[in-house]
Amino acid sequence: MTILAVTDLTMRFGGLTAVNNVSFSAERGHITAVIGPNGAGKTTLFNCITGFYKPTVGSIVVCPQVGKIVQLEKLPGHAIARKGKVARTFQNIRLFGGMTVLENLMVAQHNALQAATGFGVLGVLGIGRYRAAERRALDLAKHWLEQTDLLDRADHAAGALPYGAQRRLEIARAMCTEPALLCLDEPAAGLNPRESAGLNELLLKIRDGGCSLLLIEHDMGVVMKISDHIVVLDHGKKIADGSPLEIRSDPAVIAAYLGEGDEDDPDAPVAESVA
Amino acid sequence: MSNLLEDLKDSAAAAFFALLIFGPFIGLRLSDNDAGNLGIATRPEALALAVIAVFAARLLILTWGRHRPAKIATGLGAQVQKTGKFIAPALLVFAVVMPLLPGLPNAYIDLGVLIMTYVMLGWGLNIVVGLAGLLDLGYVAFYAVGAYSFALISTTFGLGFWECLPIAGILAAFWGMCLGFPVLRLRGDYLAIVTLAFGEIIRLVITNWVSLTGGPNGLLGMPEPTLFGLRFSMAGGPGTFAGFFGITPAPWQRDAFLYYVILGLALLTNWVTLRLRKQPLGRAWEALREDEIACRSLGINVRNTKLTAFAIGAFFGGFAGCFFSARQGFISPDSFTFIESATVLAIVVLGGAGSQLGVVLAACVMIGVPQMLQSLQIYRMLIFGIALVLIMIVRPRGFISTRRPTVLLGKKPVAIGAELRAEGRG
Repeated sequence: MTILAVTDLTMRFGGLTAVNNVSFSAERGHITAVIGPNGAGKTTLFNCITGFYKPTVGSIVVCPQVGKIVQLEKLPGHAIARKGKVARTFQNIRLFGGMTVLENLMVAQHNALQAATGFGVLGVLGIGRYRAAERRALDLAKHWLEQTDLLDRADHAAGALPYGAQRRLEIARAMCTEPALLCLDEPAAGLNPRESAGLNELLLKIRDGGCSLLLIEHDMGVVMKISDHIVVLDHGKKIADGSPLEIRSDPAVIAAYLGEGDEDDPDAPVAESVA
Repeated sequence: MSNLLEDLKDSAAAAFFALLIFGPFIGLRLSDNDAGNLGIATRPEALALAVIAVFAARLLILTWGRHRPAKIATGLGAQVQKTGKFIAPALLVFAVVMPLLPGLPNAYIDLGVLIMTYVMLGWGLNIVVGLAGLLDLGYVAFYAVGAYSFALISTTFGLGFWECLPIAGILAAFWGMCLGFPVLRLRGDYLAIVTLAFGEIIRLVITNWVSLTGGPNGLLGMPEPTLFGLRFSMAGGPGTFAGFFGITPAPWQRDAFLYYVILGLALLTNWVTLRLRKQPLGRAWEALREDEIACRSLGINVRNTKLTAFAIGAFFGGFAGCFFSARQGFISPDSFTFIESATVLAIVVLGGAGSQLGVVLAACVMIGVPQMLQSLQIYRMLIFGIALVLIMIVRPRGFISTRRPTVLLGKKPVAIGAELRAEGRG
């Protein structure tokens, strides 16, 4: 069962091809990792999937429920979370720093809550089904606060949290949109080994809860331990695709990481990823 | 010791600039001699005094700031926060009973009406600037739309104040959306410039569309607000407030009534804003101020959210304009110049963007203080300016810069410091 199918995806910025004809698919209930050296086009690929860039060529199909197919590249950016059930985190954390941890999680449930306010009128007057919707939203927020070990920090400003907690909060916030596919852009960056191990556990818990994951990661400890499937990009092209075991012994991957072959190959496209 | 040296250097620099600025202003003076010829006299003592004053003041501020780092600022903030619970109801009670205080001169009720109008404008703009973080320099446009809507509709169709009020609000909200659409992609300074231009466009259209708006001559003859159909007339008689209740008509009755109308409208604005803040829409506004890209990734429709902020802010601006028009009985483009936008924005920023109570305090300072200082004549604006500068030195993010969370898990109230809150560049 595939949850995400990327076909012939190309993203050009002027004369620069950041992602070049990449196709891969992610299985439902799996953790799929996208790895590659710096500038390989990983984040560009992510931005295409989550609607921040419109791909130059190619299609991105997500299957949020069995039997439902959504073409992501045709949706406006804000509809991807709602219709495609795709949530994401950012490489450089983007929290609502001046709002509390709990408020961050409530904002994430904006669409579900807004639908219950009857264009805001019922909500302002305090009547209708808004109360019940808010209680449900609080319960969901509390659930993810427990999962990410942030419950005692719920009323603290998000911007005042330590770095590791901010990373966890960003994951909790993405999960509060109730996604089918969670895209994580370097979730382990800047974490110490203990926090990194905790993150592994959290990601496995999320996967076992029925949400598929797609992650970009440099920390091979995280990637090899928890991924079910790995896609390797280099210079915007897919160079390998397989289980962690296969990837570990793939000569093309080793070459890309050790920097072999580049100078010898005159046809290699010069592609540096933006962003 | 090196601190002192640095402070002295800094103060000397300030004194130097003071010399440059005050040199021509204070040091030179036009004089005419007996023959009637103009000459220039110098005033070195006055200039020296001014420069020394600047030097001393700068040194004082610097050393004072070093010895009591942020203690006063945060202490004051915490105190306002702590007593905020009591200040707001106390102010409300005062606002309600103020016009009924015996022996109060009518001028004070008038001043109250003026301050309340600005409080309402401030609360309306607070939605756009304070919550959504959209820097709007053309807010007076919606004030003007509301005022002219009322003047035109009431005189053309013979409708009264209360019928026109929602129409004026809706028309202003419509223009708020019209402004919102082209500026959706702009942020920060660019947004400010475009909104500033929008305010000027509205004023220029009003000035030049003489056949509709009367141009610079303005419009006259709007009806005054009525109390359930009762007019406030000095003549008394049937159909008037005084006649109905069998009392002697007096000017204070009308003034007090107008005061209560604007108080009610302002409180409505406040209530809606406070409710919306705790709603998904209000939270989305604040989230937009904090990080627009993150909002988009969470599925929030950034375009619609910004437009609602513009529209609802403009709606209340239209209400205030409608009231202004009805109270004055005469409007002209002169009432809707850029300085009005700037004053309202100053109220929001001085109060602490996003704080409702802050807007009230700032409106009292910005509107009330210059009126109170009238006896000081020419020194009035000087003292007012110095006061504003001092306030911004002591409290750079406004009177009440902390933010109250909209939802809490625990019972303990918390306040989020200004340093964490984004100022909004969207």
